[in-house]
Amino acid sequence: MNTIEMPLLNVEGIEKSFGRQPACRDVSLELWPGEVLGIVGESGSGKSTLLKILAGRLAADAGRIHYRSAGEGIVELLGASEAQRRRLMRREWGFVQQHARDGLRMGFSAGANIGEPMMALGQRDYGSLRNTAKDWLRAVEIPEERLDDAPRTFSGGMQQRLQIARNLVTHPRIVLMDEPTGGLDVSVQARLLDLLRRLVHEHNVAVILVTHDLGVARLLADRLMVMRRGQVVEAGLTDQLLDDPQHAYTQLLVSSVLGV
Amino acid sequence: MTDQDYNFAFLDEQTKRMLRRAILKAVAIPGYQVPFGSREMPLPYGWGTGGMQVTAAVIGADDVLKVIDQGADDTTNAVSIRRFFKRMTGVATTEKTREATLIQTRHRVPETPLQAGQILVYQVPIPEPLRWLEPREIETRIMHALSEYGVMHVKLYEDIARHGHISTAYDYPVLVNGRYLMRCSPIPKFDTPKLHMNPALQLFGAGREKRIYALPPHTDVKPLDFEDHPFEIEHWPEPCALCGATDSFLDEVILDDKGGRMFVCSDTDYCGERREAGHRGRMSPPETLEAAE
Repeated sequence: MNTIEMPLLNVEGIEKSFGRQPACRDVSLELWPGEVLGIVGESGSGKSTLLKILAGRLAADAGRIHYRSAGEGIVELLGASEAQRRRLMRREWGFVQQHARDGLRMGFSAGANIGEPMMALGQRDYGSLRNTAKDWLRAVEIPEERLDDAPRTFSGGMQQRLQIARNLVTHPRIVLMDEPTGGLDVSVQARLLDLLRRLVHEHNVAVILVTHDLGVARLLADRLMVMRRGQVVEAGLTDQLLDDPQHAYTQLLVSSVLGV
Repeated sequence: MTDQDYNFAFLDEQTKRMLRRAILKAVAIPGYQVPFGSREMPLPYGWGTGGMQVTAAVIGADDVLKVIDQGADDTTNAVSIRRFFKRMTGVATTEKTREATLIQTRHRVPETPLQAGQILVYQVPIPEPLRWLEPREIETRIMHALSEYGVMHVKLYEDIARHGHISTAYDYPVLVNGRYLMRCSPIPKFDTPKLHMNPALQLFGAGREKRIYALPPHTDVKPLDFEDHPFEIEHWPEPCALCGATDSFLDEVILDDKGGRMFVCSDTDYCGERREAGHRGRMSPPETLEAAE
């Protein structure tokens, strides 16, 4: 129980602006083991910027990110050396991009895509790499015989599922997802969401999920953060926040969802 | 005779000094690619400008130079470069691996084992082993700095997935001294093990890409592989048709349109030396066979 008492990720006072345009203003959050934190907001609200800062792909102007790592104690990521940051990302984090082609090697086979993170960690046994890749294809509902096909021959939904397999294969503790269902049609979206929900709970990973789709957030996220113009305007349990929004902007957001 | 209109070894002294600084740094960090100010040479990029600049920087008046191209001393490229340095320096040249102090090579390592004191200069087209996997130079430099070489195995994985074995046959990726990933220029993988713990100094020059790297004598060089698919060199179905060698890299020569073919050593000096010593192959000329009887 004592490991549960501390957050996995403690983010304090993140500031980032592009020229005079602020993108993140004093953003703080905590992420606990095994939970799914959704960040919602309209385009330009700074949610993707925040995710990129957390992933170390963008430098923040100010703030601190404390990560409780499995192997190296508590690490302040913004002040850590690039070598250490990249090592931790490789071993303990995953990043699912909105467009699968950004997160996959399109010219290499599906098996190589799933195997790459393992090879980066020093796995050097071809047979077991291949078996693990097969297991993961099955886990994300891609036929095993597509193992040696390149992802550019896959449909959009399959590519996204392959990307998820590639990110989960190293058993990360945190997975960052940037609009994982964006650009997919509704039925494929629903299947992907089911799959994600199952995998996240099976493997007990903590997820930060950035989305503009409140339906996706409701289905996946345990907690929600609403961002607007770089600031967090409201945060709370998903159902609470969506059923009883307090902030005027959240109310607007919830009321503008189209019903069917 | 030295051509008096040019400085010794063609390049001016400042340029040679710059090259030597780069070479010293390369020797100090085995496998690390040192940038240098590559000069125009009197032949096109891709014909060995990098190797020639390295040769020009290290050659001395009492050196004995050998130049090979695909193992042969008598091909156009080898002949031209050898004649060029003979004219620009007046040094002695040879075709014998044993007699040479300085060997410039394209695509082969001589079969005769190199000795301490010899220098082998490779012509390198593309020095960056990660180039086809990661197109950004900034990113590949970071990957080298942090030894992030996992992606290199992805290529070998693809080889096995497609062909059932590692089909990379030349320019095989190696890990130098347990640290830097290195391309060993387009030598066949048959030659890759010869780089390991070689007593000679090995220098690599890439003229177009402006990089020099090096293997000091007795450096650990390990080819990348998988535990269940270990590194292997090529094998041929028959020995050399001229000298009967079974331990050298063989070229296949098509003889007619009826499927006739022969295998001969790609290293002409090695093959000739063996024939002089009395070794015979399947297709050795009959008169020499009679002489041997």
